[in-house]
Amino acid sequence: MNDFAFLLSLTLKSSMAVLLAAQGEVLSERAGVINLGQEGMMLMGAFIGYLVGYLTGNAALAFAAAGLVGSLLACLHGFFAIRLGANQLLSGIALSILGAGLANFMGRGFIGKPGLRVGEWPIPVLSDLPLVGKAVFGQNALVYVAVAVTVVMWFALSRTRWGLTVRACGENPTAADAMGAPVVRTRFTAVALGGFLSGMAGGYLSLVFTPGWKEGISAGQGWIAVAIVIFSGWRPLGALAGALFFGFLSALQFFSQATGYNVVPLYILRILPYVLTILTLSFAAALGRRGRAPAGLGKPFFREH
Amino acid sequence: MSWQRAMNSRAIALWAFALAVPLLAGAAVFAVMGADPLAAYSVMFQGAFGSWGRFSEVLVKASALSLTGLAVILAARMNLWNIGCEGQLVMGAVFATAAALNLGDTLPPALMLPCAALCGMAGGAVWASGPAWLRSRLGVSEIITTLLLNYVAIALMEHLYFGVWRDPAGFGFPGTAMFAEAARLPRLTGTRVHPGLLAGIAGAVLLAWALAKTRWGYELTVMGLGPKAASYAGMNAARRGFWVLLFSGAIAGLAGMAEVTGIHYRLQQGVAVGYGYDGVIVACLARLHPALATPAAVVLAAVLVGGEYLQTKMRLPSAASLVIEAALLLSLLWLQVRKKR
Repeated sequence: MNDFAFLLSLTLKSSMAVLLAAQGEVLSERAGVINLGQEGMMLMGAFIGYLVGYLTGNAALAFAAAGLVGSLLACLHGFFAIRLGANQLLSGIALSILGAGLANFMGRGFIGKPGLRVGEWPIPVLSDLPLVGKAVFGQNALVYVAVAVTVVMWFALSRTRWGLTVRACGENPTAADAMGAPVVRTRFTAVALGGFLSGMAGGYLSLVFTPGWKEGISAGQGWIAVAIVIFSGWRPLGALAGALFFGFLSALQFFSQATGYNVVPLYILRILPYVLTILTLSFAAALGRRGRAPAGLGKPFFREH
Repeated sequence: MSWQRAMNSRAIALWAFALAVPLLAGAAVFAVMGADPLAAYSVMFQGAFGSWGRFSEVLVKASALSLTGLAVILAARMNLWNIGCEGQLVMGAVFATAAALNLGDTLPPALMLPCAALCGMAGGAVWASGPAWLRSRLGVSEIITTLLLNYVAIALMEHLYFGVWRDPAGFGFPGTAMFAEAARLPRLTGTRVHPGLLAGIAGAVLLAWALAKTRWGYELTVMGLGPKAASYAGMNAARRGFWVLLFSGAIAGLAGMAEVTGIHYRLQQGVAVGYGYDGVIVACLARLHPALATPAAVVLAAVLVGGEYLQTKMRLPSAASLVIEAALLLSLLWLQVRKKR
């Protein structure tokens, strides 16, 4: 494989966890609920995915478990944010701490033990294409799933009735309620589904990206996902672009380590994703793109009695 | 704070419930791991309060926590959420280290520590200044920017002590050279308790006074309660927010300075252990009241120290304290909502 294909393949690989988590956050925020628990949901997803893979050796089961635990944590956030109307930022941060704590607590004895390693799943014919074939179509199954999730999310949010309801709940829950939309149920569904995707994102890390369990395996990617959602203007396809951009920067790190091209010092590459995320957020704000946040974002909804 | 209201029986029941939930959550986690929850808790309690030596470690952690807690409280009073105390603490430690390692020859020893403290505060303020500027100028959420900068600060610090600042005489140990005597905070005999604790208490008193008695504090509170009303009243919330975040960062930076000059005596691994994030919990536990920051910090520090003791004594992962912390934060949120109704 030449350098270009190698870098392309690495970029795709490094983008997928953030992509899945970001799609989950897009869904949740479009329905009006900020969930800063991404890091916690990813960590628990990573650990439970690893654990189930380790115990059963079944990849599908492992990913399902990762998703479910993410969803479970998200429901906890949903209870606080939607049912109680508590401060969503703090509830999300609590979720992040909880996920990290639980995963580190239960995972202590598994550090360094090899688990299930889900391999590549090349698509016949397409993966034989010259140059990009193997890099794009010789990926892990989850990469295709993540891309499919993006397309489904785009379609569901912008082209279906359900998506319209979700967006209405995020923009103006009172009006949505007056129109007969089940605001609480819709928000809860969006948060739970979003949590499922974030849990899967964690599973991707421990089963595909860096197989095995280690503490802090997500390394801040959950927070990057939250930032990408803002950067994307709350759009699924924008989130894809953001995730690829982030993936490219992380890929450069591996690339320079693997090939020995040290054009940029490693620590600069390490901080670059965070710094560039901040810069892009700033540019988006300066260009007025922040106006696109759902108007009801972060605001609890209670029906007037 | 009206104590009469806090003393009524419903409030007591609510508080008791809110404190019981995290304990039950912890117990459940212990039980899942096959440990006797009661035994685990008694070990944790002993670990924190069993002897003066151990309790002094609680005070050591509480000094950093009360400072980061205050940093969060100050910003939160204006509805700004500084989630970047971790990074600001790290940069405070980095700046203070720069002073300790480089100014020894030029400064009289008596000025060394004050200078390091100023540098530490400057480091924290510098680190908060970007998010503060972005927030006040462009309205970029300070939550995300302060948070992302935590990772940057830690990477930079590691780069320094693994690389440029690594002690050549350190036998390959990743850390800077030890600080000279003049750059070390005095300790209470036989313990690691340093004046950082006093700084936390003094800061709490100062902030409580400033919020309650000064025009600055009054305006800050008004802006926190209703930015629109404040702007009609001619207050410039954006500019005030900028300075508040800067101050907040400086307080966290001071915590970092105290960590390196009071505990480690060098910049090394172990400076970034989550005190910044814990500050958010301290702030909630103190219900954003500066006077309660130190007691809240002591409570949280006891959980952390108890968790560490749990690890050495019962070989149960100390991450149990994170679970208890998170459950505590959630039940405080629940309490807040219940009280409003």
